[in-house]
Parts: sequence; C-alpha cells; structure tokens
Amino acid sequence: MSWTLVIVLAVGAYAFKVTGLLILGGRTMPSVMERCLVLIPAAVVSALIVKDTFSTGQELVLDARAAGIALAVVAAWRKAPLIVVIVLGATVTAVIRQI
Amino acid sequence: MVVACLTLSGAVGVFGFSFGVGSVVAGASVWQTCALSLFVFTGASQFSAMSVIGAGGSLGSALGGALLLAARNGVYGLTMSRRLDGSLGRRLLAAQLTIDETTAMAVAQPSRREQQIAFWLTGLALYAFWNLGTLVGALTGRAVDPQTFGLDAAFPAGFVAMVWPLLSDRRARLAAAIGAAVFVATVSFLPVGVPILLSVVGALVGVQRPVPPPVVVEVSPP
Repeated sequence: MSWTLVIVLAVGAYAFKVTGLLILGGRTMPSVMERCLVLIPAAVVSALIVKDTFSTGQELVLDARAAGIALAVVAAWRKAPLIVVIVLGATVTAVIRQI
Repeated sequence: MVVACLTLSGAVGVFGFSFGVGSVVAGASVWQTCALSLFVFTGASQFSAMSVIGAGGSLGSALGGALLLAARNGVYGLTMSRRLDGSLGRRLLAAQLTIDETTAMAVAQPSRREQQIAFWLTGLALYAFWNLGTLVGALTGRAVDPQTFGLDAAFPAGFVAMVWPLLSDRRARLAAAIGAAVFVATVSFLPVGVPILLSVVGALVGVQRPVPPPVVVEVSPP
C-alpha cells in the first residue's frame, strides 16, 4: 500500500479539524449543512457494514461473515461491551468457516 | 468525569485494536497502520479508507470516502472553538484531538472549566489508548492467519459497534438505510470504493428540518 494514502488522509483530516476550531472560529455554519455533516457517519458506515459483510469486489455474496456480523448486531443490540461485539463477530465467522 | 473519560478511552483502545488488525489484513504495513492512527486520528475515516483499500478499491475512492467522514470534525471544531482557550500552539494541538468522543465529553460538562478539563483528559487518554490498541492489533494481525481467526470480520464488527449508538435517532436510521441501499444498488457496476462514496447521499436527510416535538394541548374544563 502506498504512503500517499497515509499522508493525504492525515493532512486532510487535520485540515477539517483546524478549519472548524481556528479558521471559522466563533462563526456559525448554516444549520442545514451542520445537520447533514453529522449524518454522514450513519450513512457511510452502514454502507461499509454491507460492503464488508456481503460483498467481495463487485459481487454480493453470502458467506460465513454474514453469520458473524449477525451475531455482532445482536450483541450490540443487547448492549454487550464493545470487545464482545468484535470478538463474537470474528469468532463466529471463523467457526462457520471451519464447518 | 475522570472515570467516564477513562472508561471511554479503554473502549477506544479496543476499537484501535480492531483497526490495527483490519488494517494489516487489508494490506498496510505495521508502520503505515500506526502512522494512520498517530496522524489521522479519526477512527471512522481510518477504518473506511483501509476497508476500501482491502477490497481492491482505488486510492481516490478510499480517500474520498474517508475525507467525507472526516468532514464532521469541522463541526466539532466549531463547537469546541467557543469552549477552549489558550495559545495558538495549544489550539493547534487541540485541533488534532477534536473528534466525536472528546467533543461529546466536553459539551456534557456544566462549566467552561470542566469542559476544558474533560476535553483534554479525554483527548490525551484516548490518543494513548487508540495508538496502543492499533499497535497491538497490527502486530496480532501480522502474526496470525486472518481467515482462520475470522479477522476479516474485525472491520464490519467494528462498524456495527460504531453505528449502533447513532441509530437511536430517527433521521440517522433513515440516513443509514439510504446509505446501505445505495451501496447494494450500485456495487455490481461501479468500481470498488465508489459505492461507498455515493452512500453519503443518505446524509441529505439532514436537509429536512427536524420535526418539532408534538404540542400537547391541555384541555381544561371551562
């Protein structure tokens, strides 16, 4: 993997933080823009869940990961600690794969 | 407050671990993985970038999705700029620590002084745990076979844990549903990584004004 990703992402992420904290300072942003920006994680992260659970490249697939993530969702819903959610997801995926 | 800050930081260490594992499984070196956590320091963006790279997506699409996710830190910066003081150098350092958790911990405090303590305490503890977790995770990911231990599930399971608390909000649920639907609809014909970029349209739910709470009309006897 190239270092370009690391460098551009580091500079870009810091630029957003500095813009809000120092450059815009006490000014305010149009509230509609603020509302959209804070909704980005919900939209993008849920797409990432589908991607990493049900796809390989450009294909939608159903494999061991689906079972692992289903259990992780149940754990998150039951308010299990973070480590349980992650370990359960990985373990169930590994076990189903062995069968 | 101190206990809350440290509990949160411990949890973030676990996230860091899962990022470290997933990142090396996706093809980054241990050094690159640690550099991401040290210098990018905003979890969702790091996860997203490496998830797209791991699937074979282009550099541009990996960066695009990650930067969209990083944009909200600008909103947190605005929120914190009214609450933090200090020299320019101190504010430049504060900027690196301006993320979901530090902002949330700070705004929850009643006084300006406590807000500043919460911000710095959470920020520094979190920075330490996030990076320590990443290092341990990266070394683990390097040491064991990812398929055998289900480590390729470390990313999606981490995403589940990340998105879950957001879904208590109705608009966030709608944004999430749209984002996921856009991905499913476009994955088969767009280059890897691009559907993730497009999923951001889900956030346009925010254009609609929040629904005000229903007005309860009390009917009193005449």
